[in-house]
Formats: sequence, C-alpha cells, structure tokens
Amino acid sequence: MKFTEPASTNPIDRMTVVGRPHDRIDGPRKTTGTAPYAYERHAEAPNAAYGWIIGAAIAKGRIRSMNLDDARGAPGVLGIVTAAEAGKLAKGNFNTAKLLGGPEIDHYHQAVAIVVAESFEQARAAAGLVRIDYDRAKGQYDLDEALKGAPLAGGEEGKPGKEDRTGSFESAFDAAPVKLDAEYTTPDHSHAMMEPFASLAIWEGDQLTVWTSNQMIAWGRGDLAKTLGMPKEKVRLISPYVGGGFGGKLFLRADAVMAALGAKAVGRPVKVAMQRPLMANNATHRPATTQRIRIGATKDGAIQAIAHESGSGDQPGGGPETAVNQTKLLYAGPNRLTAMRLAVLNLPEGNAMRAPGEAPGMMALEIAMDEMAEKLGMDPVAFRVKNDTQVDPEKPERRFSQRQLVRCLEEGAQRFGWSQRSAKPAQVRDGRWLVGMGVAAAFRNHMNMKSGARVTLNKDGRVVVETDMTDIGTGSYTIIAQTAAEMMGVPMDAVDVRLGDSDYPVSAGSGGQFGAANATAGVYAACVKLREAVAQRLGFNSADLNFADGRVTGGNRSVALRDAVTSGPLTAEDRIEFGTLDKSYQLSTFGAHFVEVGVDAYTGVTRLRRMLAVCAAGRILNPKAARSQMIGAMTMGVGSALMEELAVDKRFGFFVNHDLAGYEVPVHADIPHQEVIFLEEADDKANPMKAKGVGELGLCGVGAAVANAVYNATGVRIRDYPLTLEKHLDRLPAIA
Amino acid sequence: MRPFTYERAKDAVSAARAATKPGAKFLAGGTNLLDLMKIEVETPTHLIDVQDLKLDRIEKTKDGGLRIGAFVTNTALAADERVRRDYGVLSRAIVAGASGQLRNKATTAGNLLQRTRCPYFYDTNMACNKRKPGSGCGAIGGYSRQLAIVGTSSDCIATNPSDMNVAMRVLDAVVETVNPEGRTRAIPIADFHRLPGNTPHIETALQPGELITAVTLPRPVGGTHIYEKVRDRASYAFALVSVAAIVQKDGSGRIAVGGVAHKPWRVEAAEAAMPQGAKAVTARLFADARPTKDNEYKVPLVERTLAAAISQARTA
Repeated sequence: MKFTEPASTNPIDRMTVVGRPHDRIDGPRKTTGTAPYAYERHAEAPNAAYGWIIGAAIAKGRIRSMNLDDARGAPGVLGIVTAAEAGKLAKGNFNTAKLLGGPEIDHYHQAVAIVVAESFEQARAAAGLVRIDYDRAKGQYDLDEALKGAPLAGGEEGKPGKEDRTGSFESAFDAAPVKLDAEYTTPDHSHAMMEPFASLAIWEGDQLTVWTSNQMIAWGRGDLAKTLGMPKEKVRLISPYVGGGFGGKLFLRADAVMAALGAKAVGRPVKVAMQRPLMANNATHRPATTQRIRIGATKDGAIQAIAHESGSGDQPGGGPETAVNQTKLLYAGPNRLTAMRLAVLNLPEGNAMRAPGEAPGMMALEIAMDEMAEKLGMDPVAFRVKNDTQVDPEKPERRFSQRQLVRCLEEGAQRFGWSQRSAKPAQVRDGRWLVGMGVAAAFRNHMNMKSGARVTLNKDGRVVVETDMTDIGTGSYTIIAQTAAEMMGVPMDAVDVRLGDSDYPVSAGSGGQFGAANATAGVYAACVKLREAVAQRLGFNSADLNFADGRVTGGNRSVALRDAVTSGPLTAEDRIEFGTLDKSYQLSTFGAHFVEVGVDAYTGVTRLRRMLAVCAAGRILNPKAARSQMIGAMTMGVGSALMEELAVDKRFGFFVNHDLAGYEVPVHADIPHQEVIFLEEADDKANPMKAKGVGELGLCGVGAAVANAVYNATGVRIRDYPLTLEKHLDRLPAIA
Repeated sequence: MRPFTYERAKDAVSAARAATKPGAKFLAGGTNLLDLMKIEVETPTHLIDVQDLKLDRIEKTKDGGLRIGAFVTNTALAADERVRRDYGVLSRAIVAGASGQLRNKATTAGNLLQRTRCPYFYDTNMACNKRKPGSGCGAIGGYSRQLAIVGTSSDCIATNPSDMNVAMRVLDAVVETVNPEGRTRAIPIADFHRLPGNTPHIETALQPGELITAVTLPRPVGGTHIYEKVRDRASYAFALVSVAAIVQKDGSGRIAVGGVAHKPWRVEAAEAAMPQGAKAVTARLFADARPTKDNEYKVPLVERTLAAAISQARTA
C-alpha cells in the first residue's frame, strides 16, 4: 500500500480497540520471568557454551603481541577467537568502528577476543589469563581542542559541508534591539539500558541463527552477513524481547559478531552477554556537543534572527550529532543560520541515542529561549507562543501537517499553575529549598519508514500477525494486536503477534520514535489485503464492509468471519510505503514540558519536585503505553539534566565511569511526580493510522525545562550539563 | 574471577588462623568482595566464610555503651531501637548508603573494610597503587571529581566510600579483634583506617589473619545527631561529601566528614571552633587540603553542608 494522499475515513477511526489503554499483552510474561531474552534461550540451545569478550586496554594503537597459551589451557576452555583467527571481516554499513579490533585498535574496550568455555565462570577466569601487549599511539580525546579548525559537517566524499542559511542572519542579528549570544555544552551520554548486548549464535552447516537483542532486525541481519562475508539469506536474526535499547541496539554490535565467530570456532552454540563494565566504551554513545546560539528579536519579542551552531566529534568516518535540527523548524524568524562542525576523536563511536540531534539540541535551544524571554521581559510561555509558526520557516510553502505547540504550552501552563511562578528568580523558599519552575517546548520530527507485515486468519478464527518489528519495552506487541483486532473485527485476545524474526516481513523497526506509527501502518496495509481476501471468499461484491464482533457485514448480509476460513486459512502480506506527503508537509510532534525543582540552598543539590508534559503527537494508539513512553523519556531527561555524564579521561581516551555505579541515572527517589496529557489529534498526512511517535518527544526539552527551573530557583544560570552542584555552588544566594 | 578454595569457619580463632594463609580473605556479606573478585580487582585464592560464627548480636556493655557483633547486618544495626535512640547518627548514616537489598547482606565488619570506589581502582587496565602496589596512580591527573582532597599522597587520592564509617568515627567507636593466637585487642576507630602514604594498599591497622569480632560504642553522648549526605541523585549513590555531626545544646559538638579522604575525616582540634560556625571549622578541617580542579568544590561544599547541619541542630 502506498500512502500518497491524506488518509480518509478508515476502520481505525472507529477506535473501538485502537486508542484504548490496553495492558501490555507481553506484560504477564515479562513480570513473571517467562519471556526469554536472548541469553536465556535454553530450549533452543541446551548445549550452549559461554563467551566472554575481552576489550582493548588502550584507546588507540596496536596490539604488539597476544599470549593465549595460559587461557587456552585453562579449565573448560573450548576456544579463543581474535582478529588473527577470525580472518578477514568486513565492516557493517551502520558501523563506524569495526566490531573486532586487532591488530589496530580504534577505541577503548573495542572487542579484541572472545574466550569460549563450558561455563560462564570458566570463560571469565580464562579471559583473565589472556596477556596482551600494546603499542599505544597518540589520539585526540579532547573535543574542544579537536573542534579548533574542524570542518563543517555534511559534505560529501570528505569535502566540508556548508552552513544552512535563510535570509541574512548577520545583518538582522546586528540590527536586533534585543539579542542573546550564548554557548552551551552537553556531555557524552550512555544508553545504559537494563539488558546489555546479548546474543546466542547457532550454526547449522552454513546457516547461522542468532538470538539477539536488537532494535532493527533487517539492518542487523544485513550487517552481520556483510561482516562475516556470507549471503544474508543464510543469516537469521531473532529478537522477540529486548530489554531496552535507546538507540544502542539499532545496529549490529560486537556480541552478535563474537558469538557467531565463537560458535563457528568451537562447533557449538555460543552465547555472549557483554559485561557491564565494557558497555560504555565498547558501545556507541550520544556524543558531547558544544553549541552556540544567537537570537535577535524586536522589543516586542518577534524573533528576527536565529542561529544555532553545534560541534561534536566522532571516530574517523563518523557523523555529527545533529543538534541543530529542531532550530530549523521550531520557531519563526526570517533570518536563519544553522551549521554543524565535526571533529575527529578517538573516543568510542558516537551514534544515535534516543532523539539523536533534538535531545541535546533542545537542551541548549530551550535554555536560550528562556534567557531571551528574560531579556525581553516576557513570560517564557508567551515568548514561545509569539514565535510559533505554522509553516516551515525555511520553506514557507510547506505547512506543518499538525502543529498544536501553542495549545500544549497554554494548556500546560494552566494545569501546572504556571501563573504562580515568580518571573524574578530566587524568590521562592520552602524550608532549606529554593524553589523554581521552568518550561520548555518539546519537539521531535516524525519519520516515515516502509514497514511490512503478514497477517493470517486461521481456521480457528484467530488472527496471527508476523513482522520483524521489535518490542523494545515500548508496547509494540500490544498496539499491533490492537491494530489487527480493529481491522479484522475480532477481540484482542483472538490476535497472536509474532515479532522480531528476520523470517518475517521487514518492518520499520524500533528507533527514532518511528516504530509505533509505521509498524502499525504496515499491519494496517496487510489487514486491508486480508479483508479483501475474506470478502472474496465470502462472496461479497461491495468493498464497503464492516468487520466487527467476529462478523463481516455488507448491505443487509452478515456472515461470521470464521466462515471465510472453513476451507483453509487466509494469509495476506503487504507493506506501507510513502509518497511525497512528507515533502509537501512537515510532519513533527510537539509538546510542552513544565518542571518544578528545589535547589538545596546549602548544598546546591537539585531535586525534582514535579513535572508535567502536554503532547500533541497524532493519534495515540494506546494511551497507557504512550504514557509509559513519556514518563520514561521524561525520567531520562531529568537524568541528562542533573546527573548523566560519561566522564572523559583525556590522557588515556576513555569513559572513566563505565559502570552503573559511576554513570548515574535517576532512581525512583529522584522522580516523585509526573503527569502526562495527550491532546486530541489525528494526523491524516502521516499514515492511515493518523499516528506519529511519542517515545522521543517525551525527552526533547526536558533537560532545558529542568535547567530553566533551576535558574528560576536560584538566579544562577548554568549552561553546561549536567547541572551538578559545583557548577553554581559559589554563586548561590547567601545562606540566611 | 580466579579459582579459589572455600571453607566455613567454626570459631573466630580458627578463622583467624586460616586467614594467615597467603591469599586468604574473610568472606562476610560478600557485597563488596565478590563484586571485586568478578573483575579481578581482588584475587584471593582462599575464602573463609565467617557466617557460622554468629557474631550477630547487639548487646549492652558494662559502661553503658553497645557492643555490635561483627556480622550484624547493616539493616539490623540501623533498625536497632537502642541505636536509633542513642546513636541516631549511625542509623541515619547506614540507611543513607547502598540499597535495602545490599544493607540486608552487608555486615558491620565488612562495611568497615569496604574498599574505595575510585574508578581507576576498578579498571584493571589502569595503574593503581592500591590494586597493584608500585604501578602508579591513574586517578592523579585523571577524572577525580569524587576523590579525596585531604590526607592524600602522591601515590593515592582514593576515598573511603562508607557512610557507616563516618558515623563510627564521630561516635568514637572501637574495633575489637582477635588474632590467630587468640589474642584480642581494641583499636580506636581513629587508628583503624589509615591514610594512603606510600602504601595505599594497606588500608587498616589489621594485621594478617586478624579478625574483627565486634565494634563497641561508648556510652551515649546525647546531643542532636545529624547525617547529611550530598550526592547527585537522591538514593543509591556514594557521597560527594557527607557530614556526621553531634551537636550539643551549647553549640559545641563533634563532626566527621566522609567523601574527602582515605578515612573518615575528623580533626578534633577543628571541633573547638564549632561555636564559631561552619566556616571556622572547615578552615581547620582542610588547612592541609590539596584538592584537584575536579574536586576543589568539596571544600566549600563541606562548609555549607556543615552549616546545614548546625542550623538543623539549632532548630531541632
């Protein structure tokens, strides 16, 4: 099904199943421990051996020698694979640094060997006996230094890119009566998902099956085949349950490659879970940014000039953190400049983490908006409302398909009690706490992705959906079941959803908050085909049929759905594809975050008191699952505002705090109160589901809302995340 | 993790005797040791499990204090009615640390011996004089936001991470031990933890094989008991700094500071300045501090945290 025109009325609009807050259908399995994750596939490989990954001890350089003798002779050891044993491996299309290092080392904790043994403990013990000598080479680990003279990003074939300009920024900025020119920094972030990378590899002849934990099955399958130099038809990737990914599992990672190599070497299934202390440096991360924002406005607050420039670093051949994206679209203003610089760093590979680009970009932009509102003497909500735009400011002929940012801000302000906020900072005290409120807009683009599914109506009347879509803890199983139930007119419990298997049709996968809308649209497309097949079997001529309550009704004829399959099951497969609606219209999601914090007047520690998000993001397929996505994202936003930072050792080139004790993410005590409101919306330009995404929207802007609340509490502006106490301790108001 | 042998000791003296074997270590709650063994920061060849010794009672002492068995869990110690009533700072310090699950397993003696959380100690690719004497210190010149500011040496800037130890220090606890010959001794807490000097791998006054059997607290000193722990997140994090304070009605009192040194930091001479306020006390506490750029914030932070404690005591 190609989606080329805005959606008209369709069976989803009935919203008898879709749009309802169904519990997660995988919930009982997850909470009772009966949903097996990749490392727990005991039935599929009862004889699996255990792999232990050894990470490089240096950031850049070369392995001089490896002594594997003691390890090979250790109890239980079945084999050891290093780059030397593995032979020639290619690099996956989605990987910047190679997944098995040696003799050249590209980054700290890059995998250099897998030790395979009968037991986990034996593999671990033997790994401790591997001796590796390195020649350390000089690397660049300091972003500020590396950005000096770094080229503009985005150019092709190694040539520098260019700035994006609309109007004449410099002259308009110079002429503006009120202006801001400020620099902001965000640190490197780790996905820190609960389930580490994990894979179980099973070879049967030249056929490889890998049970893994991955967000994008088709990407992973293709890159695993490419890495190992085999046809992708010979590789099957299965990932029905994923214990969190946040973008860290978008791509093939070392666990799958090393498990496959290990299994081949020892002639047995091998499973590998990446050790937690390796996760931060072996994996990808959200790169640190240095951002400069300039805004010029008239005295009454109309933005005349806006510029956002961002610098980040990555491994050679990598990409920039696209932190300026949202600034192209979020606010009006005739004169605009955006640009990104990309430096070469020898830190681990930077790549996508939840809302790549917008997450750190909004952390900066939405502080800048707060600072600008203060300079103008305007309320920060009113300033944002004044600069709303219903068209793409760079291409005014493109309208937003839906844009309810103003309603989000105004409704949020009203519900949060924003009018109680003191415009003057450092005015509110509650015991030893300085109390402040902050606001930020939420913005994240919606992306169209092709997505396929296969739907079968079985003789027992059950509907089976198969797609390689993944459920990374988001609720994919449930919204897909809701979609099929709505389309076929059957109850939720008559639908079986099978996900995450490369034998199933290729879907959008989970990432970029594109999963829910696109994957369900693909199921919708397959269901439309299945309805046609049902109609044909049942001898309906009209296309105007109602599928409801297990019956198919057209005109004055009504037949049980099961009658269509008395002679055998019916299967239909299709995918959603897209025309150019996303060129004619800008598809984005919007929201407003409101935050109240307390800052300890003595210690400078900031604690969240409450937060509210109001969102407008198309049709909400399942308000309960969507709310869970939002509060999870908001929690992550609080983490990035207050504590999350991969600390860089600039001498040795690695992230020092590489475990969950050192890399702090919020715990329950940090998040006392969250509220989420979704505005009614159905976006007919997006897809037949009229849905967009929320999983990343919930994060975008939160950090700045926290930062603005801290400023409102203390009167001290912090522009460098995270907002830890030492950044304002010496400037806090005197203790009374 | 390296292979090791394991035994369960029947009594304290035989446990101590077994521990004289090179490479032997006592195993109590295991919440720290086992984690470190998994990453080969600790590589004992023999473990002596002391759980059967049943040193898990809290009893009154003759002089009106408390004797806490070495293997009383942190949970039980913090919840004990006498501790909560008479030694509130200890109860508060304990519940400010770790998580409920860890406190259920962790023991009093184990907590006293808890090793540093310096990230360079944990990463076996990095130099660490504590882990591998003579290898150097990766933390000096590296990422040191959480590390020590006072009592440091050119060989080590690690901190003692325990909350409990800070309260024990302010309470003048005494560590009771037995050695392989069956001789007992009592070590004042002030002498129990050492500064790193040029032997940062030697962290306490314990001799080889010496087993902690109990910790005694002197008779209660009254006053308002406060434990202020400062950290980036609200729970389950080590202190950036912490202040254990006992403040008397007349403004006098005692304080010990955590998160700033290789041992709980207490300078009795500084306490004389308590009535003059936090600034005066802090100046004396840290007269010889040598913070790094990453952790120089700890000096003003202690001052302000102490001010919070004094203010809290005033209104208590």
